Amino acid sequence: MAADGRQRDAQVEEKYLNVTGKKVSFILILPPLILLTLGIATSLGSADITMGEAYTALLHKFFPDYFRSNWLAETCVWDLRLPRILMGVLAGAGLGISGGVIQGVLRNPLASPYTLGISSGAGFGASLAILAGAGLGGGQYLVIGNAFAFSLISAFIIIGLASQKGATPETMILAGIAMTCLFSSATTVLQYFGEADAVKEAVFWMVGDLGRMSWNKLFMVFMALVICLPLLLFKAWDLNIMGAGDETAESLGVSVKRTRLEMMVVSALLVASIVCFTGTIGFIGLVAPHIVRMVIGGDNRFLLPASGLVGAIMLLVADTVARRIVAPVILPVGTLTAFLGVPLFLYLIMKKRREYF
Amino acid sequence: MKLEIKDMTFSYSSVPILNDICMALACGEILTIVGPNGSGKSTLIRCVDRILKPQTGSILLDERDIREMRRMEIAKRLGYVPQSASRVFPVTVFETVLMGRRPHLGWKSSQKDREKVVEALGLLGIEDFALRDINEISGGEQQRVLLARALAQEADILLLDEPTSNLDIRHQLEVMEIIKKLVAKKGLSVIIAIHDLNLASRYADKVVMMKKGRIFAVGDPAAVFTPQNIIETYGVESVVKHDDGELYILPKRPVCA
Repeated sequence: MAADGRQRDAQVEEKYLNVTGKKVSFILILPPLILLTLGIATSLGSADITMGEAYTALLHKFFPDYFRSNWLAETCVWDLRLPRILMGVLAGAGLGISGGVIQGVLRNPLASPYTLGISSGAGFGASLAILAGAGLGGGQYLVIGNAFAFSLISAFIIIGLASQKGATPETMILAGIAMTCLFSSATTVLQYFGEADAVKEAVFWMVGDLGRMSWNKLFMVFMALVICLPLLLFKAWDLNIMGAGDETAESLGVSVKRTRLEMMVVSALLVASIVCFTGTIGFIGLVAPHIVRMVIGGDNRFLLPASGLVGAIMLLVADTVARRIVAPVILPVGTLTAFLGVPLFLYLIMKKRREYF
Repeated sequence: MKLEIKDMTFSYSSVPILNDICMALACGEILTIVGPNGSGKSTLIRCVDRILKPQTGSILLDERDIREMRRMEIAKRLGYVPQSASRVFPVTVFETVLMGRRPHLGWKSSQKDREKVVEALGLLGIEDFALRDINEISGGEQQRVLLARALAQEADILLLDEPTSNLDIRHQLEVMEIIKKLVAKKGLSVIIAIHDLNLASRYADKVVMMKKGRIFAVGDPAAVFTPQNIIETYGVESVVKHDDGELYILPKRPVCA
């Protein structure tokens, strides 16, 4: 009997470890996939460079003795294409992870990084700079600084209000909707009085674009990720428990209100520092976590990193298509994330028997 | 005494919910709390677990005031079992029970944590759907999962908030039998808030009857469940029969106040 029981126990544990192993392998497959996509993306562009040349130019920088590259390939890859492509990877990763975090924190599958009013705040800040020429910073950083400041203003008003009312998901979502409406209206007013060209620029800023990237900007987004990601990933286990309800989480030793506010603040910082450079690229933050959930389930310890990686691939692919589909015209990537993501997303929804909502 | 509550009061902003609550739970005892909706049963349980913070009074756990204990310390001693498993996103039974290890583990689950989970699953006979999604199993099974989580938590006092209210009669009895078995086997002490008076009397060593945030009666089931007490707390006329040392309570009709 006892031996029987032990054997059964071992089987249960083994099954669990098997499933966990599959989740880990899913995550491990993604980085090589990103590298591959990155290589392909780097070789595509108006100048003809083969994939071999692209990879050689990449590696030449690190191992100049082993890989000889030509000037054209090197300039194209390092100065023109890579900043844009890497920004796609970093922005996609940040949006994917914070999407997963915010859906978990608010226990709402419809939430996204923009539920905190960040998109409309950033949109207003950018419009103010583009249409009225007013704002923080100067030169190209006028728009960036403004977008960053106003998205954080919006997010912190929401987080502040919610913390006064016990920080429940419902308060946060409602406050988010309210702030979104407020800033959207303010933006519309600005647009109404704006010049046609400036209005067009402001509108397309909001769609989201990876053009005009530089290594400096890339470095700033990279630092934001380096600071924020560990803070978010470290809380993944508590996020799981908060999904079981506030009371349960409290009784298991999680201080729910504090954790919720902390995760919101960190996500807001991360998303604001991405969005201010790229504009409000939609869809990735909402959908990347759902795609991952359908494949490996809802355990945030695996969901969050995987959402980041999937988000990175999605944005990278979307941007590559955006660059090439009507070349030499380059579309803003925000116009394509949904076009490419929706078919995949709908396919997964229909294919999966289980329902999540 | 395992757990002692002295002069506890609790109010939401200025609306008093609990008044002068004094009660005690002995080691290895099952205590049931009954009372009409809004009488404060669930609030009382949440105050004991410090999910809510009572304004006055003290709660002593093995003679120690729980206000002086850290959240994690309380979590190792008191296991809270909510009425139902509410999940928006998918999560497996195994993962749910593993959450009970939160007071003991860091970010990564260790061999020992997994063993405790498997043991708890086995005790409740739910190892067969360890990897099923918790939303895909029945209410009775879900209730067992929640109990398993409290076991994996290795708490020695369980606080159950209406564990049977979503279940059919067979599952109600099964859950109560499981609790009784666990008390005998693991030496747990249990507080259960419950609506069903018959279950409350059959499985309890001691009953606390509440009315409007106060303890109306306390004692062994036969002393508490009298037609007089039931009419005064619930406003319901009832018949109480004693048969073979068992108590049968049959509510008949509401009376006008």
